[in-house]
Amino acid sequence: MMNLSRSVALISLFLLPLLSFSFSVDNPTDRRVLVLLDDLSLKSSHSIFFSTLKSRGFDLDFKLADDSKLALQRYGQYLYDGLIVFAPSTERFGGSLDSKSIADFVDSGRDLILSADTSASDLIRGIALECGVDFDEDSSAMVIDHSSFSVSDGDHTLIAADDLVKSDAILGKTKIEAPVLFRGVAHSLNPTNNLVLKVLSASPSAYSANPSSKLSSPPQLTGSAISLVSVMQARNNARVVISGSLQLFSDRLFRSGVQKAGSPNKYEKSGNEQFATELSKWVFHERGHLKAGSLVHHRVGETDEPAIYRIKDDLEFSVEILEWSGKSWEPYVADDVQVQFYMMSPYVLKTLSTDKKGMFHTSFKVPDVYGVFQFKVEYGKLGYTTLSLSKQIPVRPYRHNEYERFIPTAYPYYGACFTTMAGFFVFSFVYLYHK
Amino acid sequence: MAAVESLPPGTPSAMRNAFGTVLSALILVLIGVLAFSIRLFSVIKYESVIHEFDPYFNYRVTQFLSKNGIYEFWNWFDDRTWYPLGRVIGGTVYPGLTLTAGTIWWVLNSINIPLSVETVCVFTAPVFSAFASWATYLLTKEVKGSGAGLAAAALLAMVPSYISRSVAGSYDNEAVAIFALIFTFYLYIKTLNTGSLFYATLNAIAYFYMVCSWGGYTFIINLIPMHVLLCIVTGRYSPRLYIAYAPLVVLGTLLAALVPVVGFNAVLTSEHFASFLVFIIIHVVALVYYIKGILTPKMFKVAVTLVVSIGLVVCLIVVAVLVALVASSPTGGWSGRSLSLLDPTYASKYIPIIASVSEHQPPTWPSYFMDINVLAFLVPAGIIACFSPLSDASSFVVLYIVMSVYFSGVMVRLMLVLAPAACIMSGIALSQAFDVFTGSIKYQLSSKSKDNAEDNTSTKNAPKDDASSGKTDKGEEVSKERSSKKGKKKEREPAEKLSVKSKIVKKKALVLPLEASIVALLLLIMLGAFYVIHCVWAAAEAYSAPSIVLTSQSHDGLHVFDDFRESYAWLSHNTDVDDKVASWWDYGYQTTAMANRTVIVDNNTWNNTHIATVGTAMSSPEKAAWEIFNSLDVKYVLVVFGGVIGYPSDDINKFLWMVRIGGGEFPHIKEADYLRDGQYRIDSEATPTMLNCLMYKLCYYRFVETDGKGYDRVRRTEIGKKYFKLTHFEEVFTSHHWMVRIYKLKPQKNRIRGRVKKLKQKTSSGVSSKSVKKNPWM
Repeated sequence: MMNLSRSVALISLFLLPLLSFSFSVDNPTDRRVLVLLDDLSLKSSHSIFFSTLKSRGFDLDFKLADDSKLALQRYGQYLYDGLIVFAPSTERFGGSLDSKSIADFVDSGRDLILSADTSASDLIRGIALECGVDFDEDSSAMVIDHSSFSVSDGDHTLIAADDLVKSDAILGKTKIEAPVLFRGVAHSLNPTNNLVLKVLSASPSAYSANPSSKLSSPPQLTGSAISLVSVMQARNNARVVISGSLQLFSDRLFRSGVQKAGSPNKYEKSGNEQFATELSKWVFHERGHLKAGSLVHHRVGETDEPAIYRIKDDLEFSVEILEWSGKSWEPYVADDVQVQFYMMSPYVLKTLSTDKKGMFHTSFKVPDVYGVFQFKVEYGKLGYTTLSLSKQIPVRPYRHNEYERFIPTAYPYYGACFTTMAGFFVFSFVYLYHK
Repeated sequence: MAAVESLPPGTPSAMRNAFGTVLSALILVLIGVLAFSIRLFSVIKYESVIHEFDPYFNYRVTQFLSKNGIYEFWNWFDDRTWYPLGRVIGGTVYPGLTLTAGTIWWVLNSINIPLSVETVCVFTAPVFSAFASWATYLLTKEVKGSGAGLAAAALLAMVPSYISRSVAGSYDNEAVAIFALIFTFYLYIKTLNTGSLFYATLNAIAYFYMVCSWGGYTFIINLIPMHVLLCIVTGRYSPRLYIAYAPLVVLGTLLAALVPVVGFNAVLTSEHFASFLVFIIIHVVALVYYIKGILTPKMFKVAVTLVVSIGLVVCLIVVAVLVALVASSPTGGWSGRSLSLLDPTYASKYIPIIASVSEHQPPTWPSYFMDINVLAFLVPAGIIACFSPLSDASSFVVLYIVMSVYFSGVMVRLMLVLAPAACIMSGIALSQAFDVFTGSIKYQLSSKSKDNAEDNTSTKNAPKDDASSGKTDKGEEVSKERSSKKGKKKEREPAEKLSVKSKIVKKKALVLPLEASIVALLLLIMLGAFYVIHCVWAAAEAYSAPSIVLTSQSHDGLHVFDDFRESYAWLSHNTDVDDKVASWWDYGYQTTAMANRTVIVDNNTWNNTHIATVGTAMSSPEKAAWEIFNSLDVKYVLVVFGGVIGYPSDDINKFLWMVRIGGGEFPHIKEADYLRDGQYRIDSEATPTMLNCLMYKLCYYRFVETDGKGYDRVRRTEIGKKYFKLTHFEEVFTSHHWMVRIYKLKPQKNRIRGRVKKLKQKTSSGVSSKSVKKNPWM
């Protein structure tokens, strides 16, 4: 085990420059995930979810959340590549773990699945807050929906949600037909925060309140502002899933059939398993992870990259973009990758055409403006890792001998010059020798 | 022997002439050595370094030139300044200085004297000040003879105003431009005196060199037409004047247009209009004189009335067209710097960037005394001397001094143009005074001896008298000589004799009492001695500081502040080659030259908006500043702070200009927000805008840790806000004496936190109010 993890560490060390975070390309199956539980019985009650992870090659390390030997890193090296926190009631982690060290774990590029539940502790709320997710501050509140609940449920707190984000990258290509069952606490996102995203939203009729007490004042969180499951992709492409319900991942809801209130469709099996599996694929970078080669550019008809362009040069630009398929790097195919030729504002904005083998290229004319430009590829497609590439290149004006030597419109002036010179010569000759 | 015998009276005078020539040559060499060596104080006291700001750019350009050759230099597009706009160096720089130093370096290297480019650059200015004093000699000699020339050259060699711009290491345009200026004037006067087309051509070439070297060439192209106009108006028109002027305008303008930085400006801008106007006038005048020569007086009168009536109409039309053309351009076709010369309040009203430079301010009275010292008192005497008799040449120097006095009163920097004029005038005054005093002493002494030897024959007396007066009047004699220098000896002898004779008669009127003359002479010598002492002091103490290394003398010895080089070295060793460094524009040239890092703005203030952007960033609160800098890809921000050691020209003292310049382009920056009741202060009375702006924060961050109180030694007060944290910037370097502080822009936060407000209610007062503000970069 030691040996193995050392070799993993070594390999990931080699790959570090390539991918600047811990997601190891060559050994995705060796990825180590720490699972923190507040009760070891969760291991059996959520066994389907864990076994799908194991079957995909993850090395799960189950620990109690208050285990006094908990540590994410040793000697400055992280021991895990992913973290699953299924401990909504834990007030304090054991060992050296706290919300800051989990935030640092994410900032180092590692992934996190965090699940809260009704009466989630401040610690869990604090971690969610670090990721830009605000749980309902009333600790006894739950999501209640009187129109889109599951018919099997009495007090309308088991939500049958089907408002999923439309992104193949996050939820896979096969559509999730059955509604996802949810029982838990609501959270909201700051609309100005462009890093977080609602994956599973509540219906417009939902609200967040304590189901056992009478509602005295209007609930603070209502309607589709409520998010049930959210994801966050940090700027360093670390991925985080935050769910308001731990039960969502449980075997019971995975197995149970579902019928949404007021809907004739009855499904044998809820969408939970597919939803959780696909989401875990996304969060552990088995999908939607792009990498780009370096930006390549050169003048038309040349192959070497020049140190400087001249205004009005024709140039060709290309970049290779690959996507991680879970097993290997596959060419990424899209028609919406754009390149900017940028100096304080984009002077050229071109959509790149792809050859379906991962190469994106275009060609354009350098604008008639000199300065220090940048080739910029800013690609932030929903669910994909953000590509932000730039390469600086200066553009110079014409050299003194690159202008037109004779301008046709100036021929009258040339003529005037030479006739004056000739006339002066003749005049001097006549003046001097005509007696 | 035969020749001597054939010319018995000329022999002693020829000997004297030869002796005088050798002596003046020797004196000139010594003056050159003096001019060179008085400027070496900076090298001896500090070290052989380039000084100040602009010289660093010139040095960098010279390095480029020596490495890549002249064509690469001409086409150099510099992508390391004015990021991201870049700067076309070849087309925006006056190449004279660079080419001169580059040529010197190349010549020295090709004869196997392996000097570094830096050494050549450091010593270019002293070498050219020697040339400038020789040119002064030539010019003054043309005006008032070689005695005045020598005096003027000696004065110029050590005039403090010129020393301030040409000490070793002060590698700036003015270093060669003053030489070019004086030499151009010399060639103009020479042409005027000789009427030689050869000198006229040389004059155009010297003018070309001046255009290459300095923007101050417009002074020449306005002063010479004014003098021509003056000559025409005072009825001094002559073919010599025409030859001196017409080729200069034609050839000079053509040559000037060849310099890329001038280009079509040579015919398009108002600075050059005067020369063309006078060019037309001189042709009209020449035509009138020609017609006057071939017509009878009566016919001429008729022609005049006819031509004048038609001419007036044509002139009016032309003037109307010109005025309309000029008025159609917003500044009237004048560049900002020239306009601020004509209207001294122009810059402070409209162009803060020109007004912000201290050398563009009007000088104070003490600065006249500091910079030209006793010359200020000698100049009036020189002007009077120029009027007796008034010649074309002396009227030119009078005009020169009048104009330069005006311009120096507008801008401190143009004191430099005044200095040669003052030296020439004082040289003339000194030499004339010496002439008069020594002449009367000689006369008195000889008349005494005549009284004593009454019994001697009168035949013996005559040659003695002759000889004595001949010696004393050497100056005037030479001035008479130059007009006939090319003439044959035979012609000269009688003329000389005649002049000597006539002078004896004249001299008697100017004779002063013996005692008065001796006292006056002693006083003059004392005045000169005082001048020399002042100049040496100025050269040694006042003007030799390289400003890149500072020293201070205190009770416990000499302190050296080498913070600038320390921090530029830090930048070049600890940052990436392509990193961008933002600072106020003063430090742009030094950053590119010494740290080799890309800067946003530099001392070539060609783009006001870009400078205003940096000024705005410096005057904005942290977050807004971060956004501005980030949009310019800036990685590091450099500020200069003198509060710890009391260095007064730091960024806090320049800060109001940043606010003004920034506010000029971006109106949300208002100067009034930074002033408390019109007063600029940084203590506890300062406005919140001031205390929250980036410049304040970057300068005073952790400042209180130095002495526990936060006492600023420049502003002599305790600062207003002592304990604060930076949210968007982090300190990466602070130099030894805290003079230079470098900050790095923090990267964007990896995550965006949620709303803290809700948590705050739960955790009571645990979270400070600072984190409440919603800030996507936190």
